[in-house]
Amino acid sequence: MANILPKGAKAPDFTLHVTPDQALSLREFAGRRVILAFYPADWSPVCGDQMSLYNHVLPEFRRNGAELLGISVDGAWCHQAFARDRKLHFALLADFEPKGAVAKSYGAYRDQDGVCERALFVIDEHGMVAWSYCSPLAVNPGADGILDALEALPPMEKNDGTAQNPRHVA
Amino acid sequence: MAQLRIPVTSLDHVIGDENAAVTIVEYGDYECPFCAAAQPIVKQILARHGRNLLFAFRHFPLAEMHPHAEPAAETAEFAGSQGLFWPIHDAIYANQHRLNTPVLIALAASLKLSPISLRDALATHRFLRKVQADFAGGVRSGVNGTPAFFINGVRFDHPLGAAGLPAAIDATMRVAG
Repeated sequence: MANILPKGAKAPDFTLHVTPDQALSLREFAGRRVILAFYPADWSPVCGDQMSLYNHVLPEFRRNGAELLGISVDGAWCHQAFARDRKLHFALLADFEPKGAVAKSYGAYRDQDGVCERALFVIDEHGMVAWSYCSPLAVNPGADGILDALEALPPMEKNDGTAQNPRHVA
Repeated sequence: MAQLRIPVTSLDHVIGDENAAVTIVEYGDYECPFCAAAQPIVKQILARHGRNLLFAFRHFPLAEMHPHAEPAAETAEFAGSQGLFWPIHDAIYANQHRLNTPVLIALAASLKLSPISLRDALATHRFLRKVQADFAGGVRSGVNGTPAFFINGVRFDHPLGAAGLPAAIDATMRVAG
């Protein structure tokens, strides 16, 4: 398994396509907490795949002041179709060209397979890695580690108060 | 390794002996085909080990993907409040292919539950809080999809999913004596 960036490392900035005509940079989230979820590929053939699970836990992440970004080497059009199919309410970033460059900068790329590891990073409001975890590729790591890491962080000075959908507040 | 954070209590729907050496907790979704496929496997395990086992079912509806999963879970809780959780649980899985609100009400009626009370309970989401509490507890315990099984508090991860469960239970039984 790859040596992913550990707690305390500076989170490398990046700019990636979030839709075919829009890009998003990590620095746009300065002052807020971000969860980066690297995953191997869109379209896993199961119901409870990792991104669908996180979609249902999103209100809980946001209540903890964190925004979620999914990242794989799939292209922006593929992400768009996948996000629409699974009704995802968070951004999927395309680490597509040069392939896997951002994943490599986080130590979360699998050269032998040409895909991202199943690696999670919680980045604090100062842009530092507060927690990271690399799961075996076949094992969906769930959301418990992320929530534990977010709760272990000191309270933020200001909460961004992102709107929540109470129907899915778990 | 993911650990069950919410112990089995009197609030849970259980089958078997509370003092059994082996406890299985399932987190499931009534509209998930993998959960329906796991049903006969669970039944087989219960038939084989009977009183040496405690089985609990908790709700984990992936509502964005499965529009009927949450009302189905609320229906099961409604039936549970009148002592009929397991009959409706089985009936819902048996009718998964045609799940919708009228079917849920018909299933309840076939168990002599009041269709009007169920309709009101669904409209006011009287049992939604219980369903959401199950879901939240599951997330904190590392439920990573459905069905998710915990054997004596440890998440069961197997490449074959539920198909690997009987052998794992047999092995746990041997250790537990």
